[in-house]
Amino acid sequence: MAVAKSSLKKTKQKNAILPYLYLLPAFLIMGVITFYPLIYQVIISFTNFESKHLLLGLKSPELEFIGLKNYIDIFTAALPVENFNFFRVLEFNFWWALSNVMLHVPAGVLIATLLNTEGLWFKRLYRAAYILPVVVPPLVVATVWTNIFDERYGAMNQLLTSISMAFFGGTDPVYIRWFEDVRPPIPGFLPGAPLTLAYYAMMIANFWLGWPFMSVVATGALQSIPKDLYEAASIDGATGSQQFWGITVPLLRPAMIPAAVYGFTLSFNLFNFVFFMTGGGPARSTELLVTFAYNLVRNLRWYGVAAAFAVIIFGVALVVFLITNRITRATQNYQEA
Amino acid sequence: MAVQPQTSKNPIIRFLNMNTSGQTSGRNLPLWRQLLLQLVAIAILASVMFPIMYIVTLSFSSKTTRPSQLELIPKEISFVAYQQVLDKPTGNPVTFIELLRNSFALSMGVGVVALGVAVTAAYAFSRFKFKMREVMMILVFIPLLMPAVGLSTPLYLLLNQVQVKECKGGATAIQPFTSCDEGDRGKLIFNLRDSLLGVGIAMTASALPFAVWNLKGYLDTIPRELEEAAAIDGADSNQTFWQIVIPLAAPQLAVTFFLGFIGHWQEFVLTWLFLSQPKDYTLAMTLYNMTGQYANSVPWNRFAAMAVIVALPVAVVYIALQKQIVGGLTTGSVKG
Repeated sequence: MAVAKSSLKKTKQKNAILPYLYLLPAFLIMGVITFYPLIYQVIISFTNFESKHLLLGLKSPELEFIGLKNYIDIFTAALPVENFNFFRVLEFNFWWALSNVMLHVPAGVLIATLLNTEGLWFKRLYRAAYILPVVVPPLVVATVWTNIFDERYGAMNQLLTSISMAFFGGTDPVYIRWFEDVRPPIPGFLPGAPLTLAYYAMMIANFWLGWPFMSVVATGALQSIPKDLYEAASIDGATGSQQFWGITVPLLRPAMIPAAVYGFTLSFNLFNFVFFMTGGGPARSTELLVTFAYNLVRNLRWYGVAAAFAVIIFGVALVVFLITNRITRATQNYQEA
Repeated sequence: MAVQPQTSKNPIIRFLNMNTSGQTSGRNLPLWRQLLLQLVAIAILASVMFPIMYIVTLSFSSKTTRPSQLELIPKEISFVAYQQVLDKPTGNPVTFIELLRNSFALSMGVGVVALGVAVTAAYAFSRFKFKMREVMMILVFIPLLMPAVGLSTPLYLLLNQVQVKECKGGATAIQPFTSCDEGDRGKLIFNLRDSLLGVGIAMTASALPFAVWNLKGYLDTIPRELEEAAAIDGADSNQTFWQIVIPLAAPQLAVTFFLGFIGHWQEFVLTWLFLSQPKDYTLAMTLYNMTGQYANSVPWNRFAAMAVIVALPVAVVYIALQKQIVGGLTTGSVKG
């Protein structure tokens, strides 16, 4: 073994340049198309870059460096955009990600537990069917659900109509304007960022999309819990719910927390889904940071402001990463200990 | 069944193997509980199937009007909508084959380039100790924190500055390297930003660091004994890399490729932002065109057929690779 190691060392010393050669292609390409644009972005964020500067870029004579004005404008809601308030969007964005995960994880665990019941019929069929939402692209999910929530022809209002006619003796068709109503149905639910009907519609659609993944992860973790733990517990007289809270939940935690963190990050930047369903509306009440950033580039074409906004998003993403990374690490240590 | 069913570390394998470890242990579910749970399971099944059946039913309908009745089971199997979508997917003179080709070219191209370039870098990070290793790894990680939208502004601006123009004298100028004479704006022939190549470059900008990071994580889990043995036998690093590491990493290379493929197939942010000519449109862009503010003239059955067409490749890839995908996403956490 000693021989092997020393010979390995020799080859390693000989090849001191080798790792850099291996890294060269990737870093050359990333240097041009990833790192340079990132730096360019920071530079642009201090300018008043607009459409008229497109051709000449930084060499454009009228391009002015305006210091932190873009950043200040964003933070103080001084942008000439209707209904835009950075901190409201930020708050909504965090709440959106958090509320999704808070629903998806428990639902996923509960359904996985249900399907883990001994002797349940058609288990495999259910398990196979329950994974279908994961398989459909979010882009398609969002477009399909947009049509489901269509106020006049959508399935949701039709479903509510038939329920109201069948059970509550309603005579008029239900007509809920899911994506247009700006009045929050539950006023004061989230202080500072009123949640409109569109938010609830998005929650329903994203719930459909989100829980199956959590359920898959939970199923995997459930099956690694030794059966004798439950047997021992039931010999000791523990009831079903005592077993659930005392054995299942603690032993699922190491698997579910990283999954929840993953779900949080995913929901936080869920561009396709939100953009397709509401486009951030009505009145920017469901706008996420990423959808607003897109608006700035695509529709408003204020490239300087958009760059500053992207730098801010990067800062937010960094904070989110540091927090979630700490949570994941903490659970890993707990697991290893 | 005295033998314990083999428990895999992978959740999905266990999930599919499911061979009902419960039924062997001999505890029987009381009938009333069984029925109750069946009821709950069926209710969940219904909620899962509802949107899927809704769209599938719509796609098989020959009615072009918006649905006034909620139908979840196809009353007719008509391929009219599919036929129309395949014949003339949009109002623009662009064929379905072209859209499909654009989507495929982008997804495949970005996936192949990113992976091919990333694999050596991932190997270097995983197996060598060298100066600046940590700094370079952080450099690779930084772009991963940035959502795709966040990188779109500078890429748009930079790619937009690369243009080929035909000047008055008949000469061609390639900006930003050469330009037409003063006062001559020239005729725009090619704008890198407004081309599939440009979008491909922009997509690679974030796909490449992701591939490096993802592959490095996987290479770390491959035991080094084989490489050490090869070194003893006199193989140099290059031989080890090509003959031992690459074959061992092949499954993960495939998974990384397909994960990327799924993402790029659905890519919308950059394509919709960069491309303006209908001939460059992708399937995802076409689907968006058929809904929302542009939807009024598009029959719902055609939209539904298009949704099924866009979803199908992703669904097939996902189902084929689900154990690796879920395993990969939660590696290091689901260790039981």
